[in-house]
Amino acid sequence: MSVAMIFLSLGAPFVAALEIIIYAGAIIVLFIFVVMMLNLGHDTALQEKEWLRPKVWVVPSVLVLVLLAEMVVLLLQGDKEALPVSVVDPRKVALSLYGEYVIAVELAGFLLMAGIVGAAHIGKHTRKELHRFLQNGESQEILKTPPQQPAEEEPEQTVLHD
Amino acid sequence: MIDNAHIVLIVAAVLFALGLIGVLTRKNVIFMLISVEIMLNAAGLAFVAAGSKWQQPDGQVMFLFILAMAAAEVSIGLAMVLQIHHQHKTLDVEKLKELRD
Repeated sequence: MSVAMIFLSLGAPFVAALEIIIYAGAIIVLFIFVVMMLNLGHDTALQEKEWLRPKVWVVPSVLVLVLLAEMVVLLLQGDKEALPVSVVDPRKVALSLYGEYVIAVELAGFLLMAGIVGAAHIGKHTRKELHRFLQNGESQEILKTPPQQPAEEEPEQTVLHD
Repeated sequence: MIDNAHIVLIVAAVLFALGLIGVLTRKNVIFMLISVEIMLNAAGLAFVAAGSKWQQPDGQVMFLFILAMAAAEVSIGLAMVLQIHHQHKTLDVEKLKELRD
C-alpha cells in the first residue's frame, strides 16, 4: 500500500493502481488462503503466544506511536507546497509497452501461462509420487521402481494426509 | 540537495535490505516468500523512480514485468508450500533437508 502511495507521489498513477489491485487483490489473498488451508497446529499457536509477550510488543508500539505523532504534526503544520510531481501518463506507458516491448509482453504471457500450469501441476499431481519417495527414504530406488508400486502404498498415503 | 528520486532510491534500498534480512533470517517458508515479495517491490520501486526521474515510461513497463513475474512466482511458491506441508508436516526450512547430498 505504501509503495503504491510512493508511486502515486512519483507521478505514476497507473502503476500505483496496478500495485494495489494485484497485491491486495491477488497476492495477499493467496497468502491468506494458503495460511488458512495449512491450518497450522497447536504448537504454532503456542509459539505465537510466546512471541506476543508484553516485553516484545511494547517497544514497537512506542515507535509506532512516535511515527503517528510525527505524521500528525507534519500534516497539521506542514507547508502546503506539494512535491514537484511530473506525471508519466499511462498513455506513454501503454505505447511503449506495446510498441518496443511487445516481445517482453509475450514472454510475460508465457511466464504467466507456465506459472498457472506449474501451480496446477504442483498442487495436484506430485502428492502421489513424491510422497512415496519420502516414505522410502532413498531417492535412488525411485528411479528403478516400476510404476506398479504406488498402488500398494496408497492406503498409507491417505492416512498421512489428514 | 537530494531530490525526489534519491529519496525514493534510498527507500528502495532500505526495503531491499529488509527483504534480504527477512529471507536470510526467517525459518518459515511463507515468511521467506513474503520477504522475496518485498525485495521484488523494492526493485520495482527503484525502476519506477528512475523512470520518473528521466521522464521515460520504460521504468513503469519494467515494473509491469516485475509484477507479472511476482504473480507467477507467488503462485508457484504457494503451491510448493502446500506440497511441502502435505509431505513434511512442517514449514521449517531447517527440517526440509531431503534434497541435501
